[in-house]
Amino acid sequence: MQLVLFFIFGGLCAAAALNLLLTRHPINSALSLIVVMTSLAVLYLTLGAEFLAAAQVIVYSGAIMVLFTFVIMLLNAGEEVRTRGSRAAYLVGVPGVAALFSLLTFVFLSQGNHLGKSTLANPATLYDLSAVLFRDLLLPFEVTSVLILIAILGAVALARKEH
Amino acid sequence: MLTFLLLSLVKVIVVTVVLLLAVAYTVLLERKLVARIQNRWGPSRVGPFGLLQPLVDGAKSFLKEDIIPAGVYKPLYILSPIIALSCALLSIAVVPFGPERQFRGVDLFQITDLNVGLLVILGVTSVGIYGIALSGWSSNDKYSLLGSLRASAQIVSYELALGLSLVGVVLRAGSLSLRDIVNSQSAHGLFSWNVFGGFQFFAFFIYLMAAFAETNRSPFDLPEAESELVGGYHTEYSSMKFAMFFMSEYANMITVSCVATLLFLGGWTSPFGNLLPSLGGSILASFVPFCWFVLKVLFFLCLYVWVRGTLPRFRYDQLMAFGWKFLVPLAIANIIGTSLWLALRTS
Amino acid sequence: MVPIAYYLVLSALLFSIGAGAFLIKRNIITVFMSIELMLNAVNLSFVAFAYQWHAIRGQIFVFFVMVVAAAEAAVGLAIIIAVYRTRNTLNVDQIDLMKL
Repeated sequence: MQLVLFFIFGGLCAAAALNLLLTRHPINSALSLIVVMTSLAVLYLTLGAEFLAAAQVIVYSGAIMVLFTFVIMLLNAGEEVRTRGSRAAYLVGVPGVAALFSLLTFVFLSQGNHLGKSTLANPATLYDLSAVLFRDLLLPFEVTSVLILIAILGAVALARKEH
Repeated sequence: MLTFLLLSLVKVIVVTVVLLLAVAYTVLLERKLVARIQNRWGPSRVGPFGLLQPLVDGAKSFLKEDIIPAGVYKPLYILSPIIALSCALLSIAVVPFGPERQFRGVDLFQITDLNVGLLVILGVTSVGIYGIALSGWSSNDKYSLLGSLRASAQIVSYELALGLSLVGVVLRAGSLSLRDIVNSQSAHGLFSWNVFGGFQFFAFFIYLMAAFAETNRSPFDLPEAESELVGGYHTEYSSMKFAMFFMSEYANMITVSCVATLLFLGGWTSPFGNLLPSLGGSILASFVPFCWFVLKVLFFLCLYVWVRGTLPRFRYDQLMAFGWKFLVPLAIANIIGTSLWLALRTS
Repeated sequence: MVPIAYYLVLSALLFSIGAGAFLIKRNIITVFMSIELMLNAVNLSFVAFAYQWHAIRGQIFVFFVMVVAAAEAAVGLAIIIAVYRTRNTLNVDQIDLMKL
């Protein structure tokens, strides 16, 4: 059951990520990224992270990607053109990235025996999460809220028209 | 396992069909009520009291010619009404319609009870924005684009107020599961509902305002303001695709009303608490709460129509100022007040 | 029953695709999106490891990554809008005023 779920949504994830790489139009890339994020949310569910799955959909698919599509619509971004820079990136990037992927996969699969298997049972409850977040990690939490505030101010300052 | 799957499938189909029928008849309800507000009769020719009007309307939109204008970005143009409608229908999956009632391991009054049910509804609603945003962009038309930009900015802004208004309720219930939230309000009938007994009146007000904005309904229906934008984001849509947008709007209305009922009006609990004599029979005992639920949802739907029939439309800057400068601070104040009250009560 | 290693391989795959897209893509918005993809890939491995070691802090870390990603998206997109206003292009090759 969980294996089926993993292959459906993992496959969807990988396919959408490839589509992000291959399409020329930014809006298609944005949409495939939304598919990646939403299927990742399902994978989080299978790993017992219910709250994270919901947060992933709300924050990533619902807020961050809306911002991206909004900017694409606002700037009316067209299809991208291939330039010399992209050819250089192909020559260096593709082998490098392939090497990185093979290395990581090799490590993970060879160490696979030491890692366990996941079942659908016992999701982490909100109580556990909030106890850690608001008691043990209160300072980092507050720091991130300050970070968000600074980011909002920065975004407003950057994007407003100069008079 | 097989009976479970089969029963669940039947349940899903029944809920979807009932929801679609409810959508159709909400449209009729709106047309009738608005007509009475404006001193007209409304649809009255098809069937007794015009009761068959929705079916005829549905058949009409099926049979209309499906026009795809030249110059649209076709994949997204076709995809966006599908996204809008499916997201609108999806969130009903976590809504409980009545108290827990098991039949062969299947809960009869809810498709699925999630620990994070409330967040799932918020998430699905926020994904539904893409239907509107992409429809405007892919139509390749300035009115559609303006409408969809307005809609997505409005929905994103009011989602914040909406989410913050729910925090007070969640704090009181101590859970994100919709069933637990209803159970936390079931003690003394009317007086333990969140809107009265829980001191969540301000949260209820914020939720109501934000819900009107989220569903693009009057007085916040700027995305489809016909005096400035022709038809808004669905200007270029016709036939079944237009009907899908139309249905998604009303399905969203129903979902939002269901959530308001569950969170603030005590869901399926009776307003009289245990004062009413319980009628015998286990079937009746589970059916009466369901009736309360439907009545409350109907109340919200009528409220929607009433507001539409009476209030004029906001201006766009007024809308944004109202959301950001009034509702969000009020919601934050409500959170602080509720948590202080809860902390003082427990200590 | 799914081996945790599968999740990690998927995360590695997503990360590599994100890195590749970061290098190859020429549209600045898409480049930015590939950064988000890489962050998501890392999040997946965080959640997988959190499951493996029953460590709830792994999940909290993902939460922090999301917050940082949101902040980053807000500022980054504001920068992109500012760049588009002054340079009138979204192609990263043409935004080269600081180059020799």
